[in-house]
Amino acid sequence: MTFQTVWFLLIAVLWIGYFVLEGFDFGVGMLLPTVSKNEADRRAVLTTLGPVWDGNEVWLLVAGGATFAAFPEWYATLFSGFYLPLFLILVALIIRGVAFEYRSKYGKAQWRQRWDVAIVISSALPALLWGVAFANIVRGVPLEKASSGSIEYVGGFFNLLNPYALLGGVVTLSVFYTHGAVFLALKTAGSIRERANSIALKAGLVAAVAAVAFLVWTNMMLPEIDSTVLLLSVVVALLWVAGLAMNFKGREGWAFVFSAATIATFVSTLFFALYPRVMPSSLGSQFDLTITNASSTDYTLKVMTVVAVVMTPLVLLYQGWTYWVFRKRVSASQIVNPERGILDEVSHTLHL
Amino acid sequence: MNSLDLARWQFAITTVYHFIFVPITIGLGFLVAGLQTAWYRNGNLKYLRATKFFGKLFLINFAIGVVTGIVQEFQFGMNWSSYSRFVGDIFGAPLAMEGLLAFFLESTFLGLWIFGWDRLPKKIHLASIWLASFGTLLSAYFILAANAWMQHPVGYILNEIKGRAELTDIVKVLTQNTALATFSHTIAFAAFTSAAFMAGISALLIVRKKDIEMSRTTLKLGLIVTIISFIGVGVTGDINARIMTEQQPMKMAAAEALYSTTDSAPFSLFTVGTLDGSRSVFQIGLPSMLSFMSTGDFNGVVEGVNDLQAQYETQYGPGDYTPNIPLAYWSFRLMIGFGAIGLFFALLALWQMRKGGLPSGKWFKPAMLSLPFLPLLANSFGWIFTETARQPWAVFGLIRTSDGVSQVVSAGAVLFTMIAFTILYGALAVIEFGLIRRVIHLGPLDEVDYADPQLGGSDTKQLVASY
Repeated sequence: MTFQTVWFLLIAVLWIGYFVLEGFDFGVGMLLPTVSKNEADRRAVLTTLGPVWDGNEVWLLVAGGATFAAFPEWYATLFSGFYLPLFLILVALIIRGVAFEYRSKYGKAQWRQRWDVAIVISSALPALLWGVAFANIVRGVPLEKASSGSIEYVGGFFNLLNPYALLGGVVTLSVFYTHGAVFLALKTAGSIRERANSIALKAGLVAAVAAVAFLVWTNMMLPEIDSTVLLLSVVVALLWVAGLAMNFKGREGWAFVFSAATIATFVSTLFFALYPRVMPSSLGSQFDLTITNASSTDYTLKVMTVVAVVMTPLVLLYQGWTYWVFRKRVSASQIVNPERGILDEVSHTLHL
Repeated sequence: MNSLDLARWQFAITTVYHFIFVPITIGLGFLVAGLQTAWYRNGNLKYLRATKFFGKLFLINFAIGVVTGIVQEFQFGMNWSSYSRFVGDIFGAPLAMEGLLAFFLESTFLGLWIFGWDRLPKKIHLASIWLASFGTLLSAYFILAANAWMQHPVGYILNEIKGRAELTDIVKVLTQNTALATFSHTIAFAAFTSAAFMAGISALLIVRKKDIEMSRTTLKLGLIVTIISFIGVGVTGDINARIMTEQQPMKMAAAEALYSTTDSAPFSLFTVGTLDGSRSVFQIGLPSMLSFMSTGDFNGVVEGVNDLQAQYETQYGPGDYTPNIPLAYWSFRLMIGFGAIGLFFALLALWQMRKGGLPSGKWFKPAMLSLPFLPLLANSFGWIFTETARQPWAVFGLIRTSDGVSQVVSAGAVLFTMIAFTILYGALAVIEFGLIRRVIHLGPLDEVDYADPQLGGSDTKQLVASY
């Protein structure tokens, strides 16, 4: 196996980590008003994300950095080509992070309602756009050799809004929404848990229809039937059904494992459909970006491999440990004075 | 303006803004860790109150630092894709390492620290703030190694066929003197910035008579660290100046608006008039000081702008190799000047505290109110100097900034995103400033107690930290 293949796989792993983890963050953000009946509920819902959302988002930063290091041509073509969608994702991620940190600082209803709207929109938008972006990559976009010799994106913004890509967006949106509900059912207690559980079932069925349609389309789009992609697509569907069944039976831990596994397999399917290309061109395969013509030198890839092999298990270990530390369910009754913000004028004491 | 100018403005706006929050975060993390350690060791609750109070400010600040950092990671590819293609083989590696080694560490352990007061045993909870702070330090190291490579590329070869620079020695990239000097200077400045922040805010608490016991301690701590770290800033700045003179003589010449090569060159303190070299201007200078700063010898020869321009034309072909001189000259002085004013205020306040008293006088409140802002200004001017006085190069001697910009992104798109980021960042600054004022207005907690929790905490007890 070449170092280029190793890094193609590692980047797939980083995106899997990102979508499995921030996927439920997006879902929880979108569900905030739906799953909560009062202020205590809303704060309990957000508190399930509190210790972990930032670490989850780092998977994206590392995926971006690793693409830059291992496949600079891919990074450059993709980020300059998908300019506006990425800009919208950035704005959403900025607003979302700040909203989490600041919304409960004050008790004023208007302050909180505004941040809540921001959380819903800034969770839904990237959940949709990541699907659109990845579907476009798999489908192929207009890439051409520029006068400088590099392969550049020559489509506009609206080129990215084709039916297949939009369906991809609906898939990630609905899958992350369901994944968030499954996560909440696992991480909360009381009425939030029950509501999350029933939402997960309904949303899961919608997501199933969208995902099956998308996977069928993907398989038919390939020049010839690829047995690995076909097999993985079937596994995606089976895992999702298993997750919904576990959710229905109230086996929340298993439901989460299966929905995480579905996302992981789904992302793998897309990467398998791509390999060895990283960005196929719709204008002819001579303009495809592949793991060969987009990659860094073997020396750089070797250096990065050593770093990744040493650090990734360590990261998984301590990030996993965080989930273990915060394994207890959060219930609305555990939130102290939910209506009050910590920066409101109150009797100023704290019992740790 | 074309897309190049706009992309440069966007980079300047987003980076200078991001770097308002970064040095406060790096330094304040360690200061809070120190306060929590003091509480852990001697049990004095004033240290716990200080940990909680400055921890709150730390987190408000950290939030904006994190979210604006994502833009930094993406905009190389978005606005500077030609640059990214050219340098990716080298420049990408430290960025990826930063994510893998530093970002995961700081975000994970900060999450544990914020929400772990009732979930982690005392000792592990303390360790988590130290690990998070260590993560911020690592992050600074990798990104500054990448920046140092732009100032002084090493450990690479040029691949003419592929038209890019390729890495040959990662150790050189990560350990060259430019990287180590920049890192130490930036970290000393981060300590200076965060300590001035702590001192200024403690002083405001004293003026408002809030928790004098705690604020006196944190004021003193802040002032002492401000002064000590400024010495570090000076020493590392001196080293940087010499490295810069050797590696980027044009930058030093621009900083001094020195047009002709001179020995025993004076250090210009102040200038009246234009700096375009067309006529002599009124200057106040320290004799031979520039020669000493740049070469370590009072009689050393310092190369001038005109000679370097001629030299570069023979070396790199025709073109303008002179950066914006008035900008370089003034930003260099403002960097030093704002830092020095901050130091002066800190010395004055500490002097008044020498016999166990509290600083007082009409000067105290306005001086302390300005104290947190002075290092921020100094930082910004320092980076504006470092980056603009390297122009026209993106990577010195290798690729011009004008050759680095994305070819497929229209000026309109860059303008649109620049305006959007500016409005968004402005709004965030207003919100953050309001929150910080509110925290100061409330002051530290009146009362705080603590029970050492079990790992994992309780199912039913009310949560200490929640969103």
